[in-house]
Amino acid sequence: MSHKSAEQLNAEARKHLDALLPRKDALKPKERMAIPAQEMPAQDPAERRRNVSEVALGYSQEQARLEALRCLQCKNAPCIEGCPVRIDIPAFVKAIADGDYQKSVDIIKRNSLLPAVCGRVCPQEVQCQAPCTVGKALKDVDKAVNIGRLERYVADWERENQSFDVPAVKPETGKKVAVIGSGPASLVVAADVRREGHAVTIFEAFHKPGGVMIYGIPEFRLPKKIVQMEIDTLAAMGVELRTNYVVGRTRKLTDLMTKDGYHAIFVGTGAGLPKFMNIEGENLIGVFSANEYLTRANLMKAYEVGKADTPIMPSRKVVVLGGGNVAMDAARVALRLGAGEVHVVYRRTEVEMPARVEEVRHAKEEGIEFHLLQNAKRILGDEYGRVTGIECLRYELGEPDASGRRRPVELKGSEFMIECDAVIVAIGNDSNPLIKQTTPELNVNKWGHIIVDENGRTSIPGVYAGGDIVLGAATVILAMGQGRTAAKAINEYLAG
Amino acid sequence: MMTVRAPLIAEERKPGQFVILQLDDNFGERIPLTIADADPVEGSITLVFQTVGKTTHRLALLSEGDKIENLVGPLGQPTHIEKVGTVVCVGGGIGVAPLHPIAQGMKRAGNRVVIIIGARTKDLVILEDRMRAIADELIICTDDGSYGRKALVTAPLKELCERDPKPDMVVAIGPPIMMKFCAETTRPFGVPTVVSLNSIMIDGTGMCGGCRVTVGGQTKFTCVDGPEFDGHLVDFDNLMKRLGAYKKQEDMAHEKCHLEMEMEMEMEKRNLKLET
Ligand SMILES: Cc1cc2nc3c(=O)[nH]c(=O)nc-3n(C[C@H](O)[C@H](O)[C@H](O)COP(=O)(O)OP(=O)(O)OC[C@H]3O[C@@H](n4cnc5c(N)ncnc54)[C@H](O)[C@@H]3O)c2cc1C
Ligand code: FES
Repeated sequence: MSHKSAEQLNAEARKHLDALLPRKDALKPKERMAIPAQEMPAQDPAERRRNVSEVALGYSQEQARLEALRCLQCKNAPCIEGCPVRIDIPAFVKAIADGDYQKSVDIIKRNSLLPAVCGRVCPQEVQCQAPCTVGKALKDVDKAVNIGRLERYVADWERENQSFDVPAVKPETGKKVAVIGSGPASLVVAADVRREGHAVTIFEAFHKPGGVMIYGIPEFRLPKKIVQMEIDTLAAMGVELRTNYVVGRTRKLTDLMTKDGYHAIFVGTGAGLPKFMNIEGENLIGVFSANEYLTRANLMKAYEVGKADTPIMPSRKVVVLGGGNVAMDAARVALRLGAGEVHVVYRRTEVEMPARVEEVRHAKEEGIEFHLLQNAKRILGDEYGRVTGIECLRYELGEPDASGRRRPVELKGSEFMIECDAVIVAIGNDSNPLIKQTTPELNVNKWGHIIVDENGRTSIPGVYAGGDIVLGAATVILAMGQGRTAAKAINEYLAG
Repeated sequence: MMTVRAPLIAEERKPGQFVILQLDDNFGERIPLTIADADPVEGSITLVFQTVGKTTHRLALLSEGDKIENLVGPLGQPTHIEKVGTVVCVGGGIGVAPLHPIAQGMKRAGNRVVIIIGARTKDLVILEDRMRAIADELIICTDDGSYGRKALVTAPLKELCERDPKPDMVVAIGPPIMMKFCAETTRPFGVPTVVSLNSIMIDGTGMCGGCRVTVGGQTKFTCVDGPEFDGHLVDFDNLMKRLGAYKKQEDMAHEKCHLEMEMEMEMEKRNLKLET
């Protein structure tokens, strides 16, 4: 498929739109389904693989309105069922078709605080877009209404065109809430609780707030200024932000209540600890966890060679282990840091890859090579302890496992070598042990995830939790959803 | 040596813990430094560092009243302090700084504390007075013989192990090569030996795994599982290679002061000589 420029896509959309707009409310379902699904304009792969600017450029107004016209406005709205926070999708899409973008964003914001983020990073193809009637009728989930891209469009429209109103805050109640971590779950809690007039302090271990959205997901997929704006909004609402503050170390969790007088606490510390495979050679020089690699690149800005003090090893040939978003991000960052070749090794097939389809497609377009049904056996090094290669095994798919995915089974004797000078391990995270180490009364399950009830309540009265520390490595939208629930419970708890 | 106002850290810190600091929000590196002392009343902590890279060099240029942009802590597991009998505390170079609160804690817990301070030369001996105030017995060694004994710390350590009764515990903090040889010295005597590792770190909260070390064949994270480990189980060779991994790039970032590297090489040479 040749690369179409944003201008080309816009011109095509304009042609269709000019013909359809005058009759926009009278269009028959058949006519709507005949409108071509709007492709996301993107930077040319050949250029973007060496820069860190955003890859997906966003719809033009014409593309957005045309895409919105594809929606059939189904009465039963299966898309809403697919959305973890139940945004009124048909209504916000209709508003776009009508050209009322403010109304559209307002509808989304009733359920989601971070549309500009979610429009970019949600796995829409398995959420709202999966049950879409249009996609079903056209027998291709890729042809479903591009709800995520529309969400992004209106969120960006608002950011670029509207003076931002600081959400109203009720009169001070005199109650204090501590929010630990500053990922999506925490940001939602801070906003929702602050709105009720409670004083909110966010405690963040890093020197910059935003959680994975800042240090993990790279700039080319989620520009940092978008996250920063959400944080600025919170600050404008009067939320206090304390960075460089590790709860569990700088202060124990329960001390925040007993010594510092917080009335309630929300724990949103994320899925900290990177997993390793426990194979030979894993501690060689040139083996990184994806978290380390991405943090060096994003947070410490290693890609600004010459400016940044935190170095990252320049690599020629990089092997990334894993098949999720984290693996895709690591692979694409490696490319942008100058690697000649990047190989992704994943032990199942592309169907089972947990990454967003768009990211896998973008990665392929950028020239990243995929090795499916393969897995690392050991990592080899030279006399200086540096990586020289990785020995892999071939797999085939066997019976389904507990997750319903077919379990990969190794093929005996299928070992082979990939020569490389860096290995990035992106096979998931365990939960961060810091708070549980110093708060024995907090109940966790066998994976170390904090146990909560349906309202986000933990085993300690007044302490709530949500996001990846509860779910294990999950998604931004699920973290947000849990934040919403917990915030509601905290507000009720403080009112009572 | 530098005193920093950090009331919360001063209040919470325990011996063995460290902080991470960064001098520039956007481009600065984050480096771990051990806490040498703290005054909870005044709300300050004491950091001791050696100018080895760009950040420590800039740190040394700060003057009174200047601000450190980012400082986080206290991090790491506190030292397990209890009364065991006789504890030998071995500090090499600036390793004496983090050793100080540990020696203090050991003394307060009712142990007999023997302290060995090692340095390349007389001018590099630090905290001598504070250590003397704690120690039941203080031994100073310099490589060049300009002060105290002309020996490596492993020589008096070995003699102490040969005494009857032998020490009940050794705590060794210094350059990795020194800790390695201290652990080798005590191993034949079966004296439990705790070392404090200073690996490369970024977050200090267990998130990146950059600080991982091999201990007893298992991968451990220095920032959450450590920084102290059983010296007899640590894979020092791997640690030293990992510590050296960014040397080349750091040299480009800053004209490096080679003190520590020289010290390590020197110690390695001498140790080899000693053993042959
Ligand atoms: C590389 C990468 C790519 C991803 N891509 C996607 C994607 O495309 N789509 C998607 O939906 N999801 C994606 N995810 C997952 C998503 O980012 C997470 O599910 C989500 O961020 C979890 O949010 P959270 O609020 O639980 O916490 P996090 O975002 O993990 O933030 C937790 C914060 O708490 C801080 N913290 C931890 N411990 C402490 C403590 N003791 N004291 C103070 N602060 C502490 C941390 O420093 C961190 O800032 C990705 C994750 C990664 C790593
Ligand atoms: S410094 Fe990142 S995990 Fe220890």
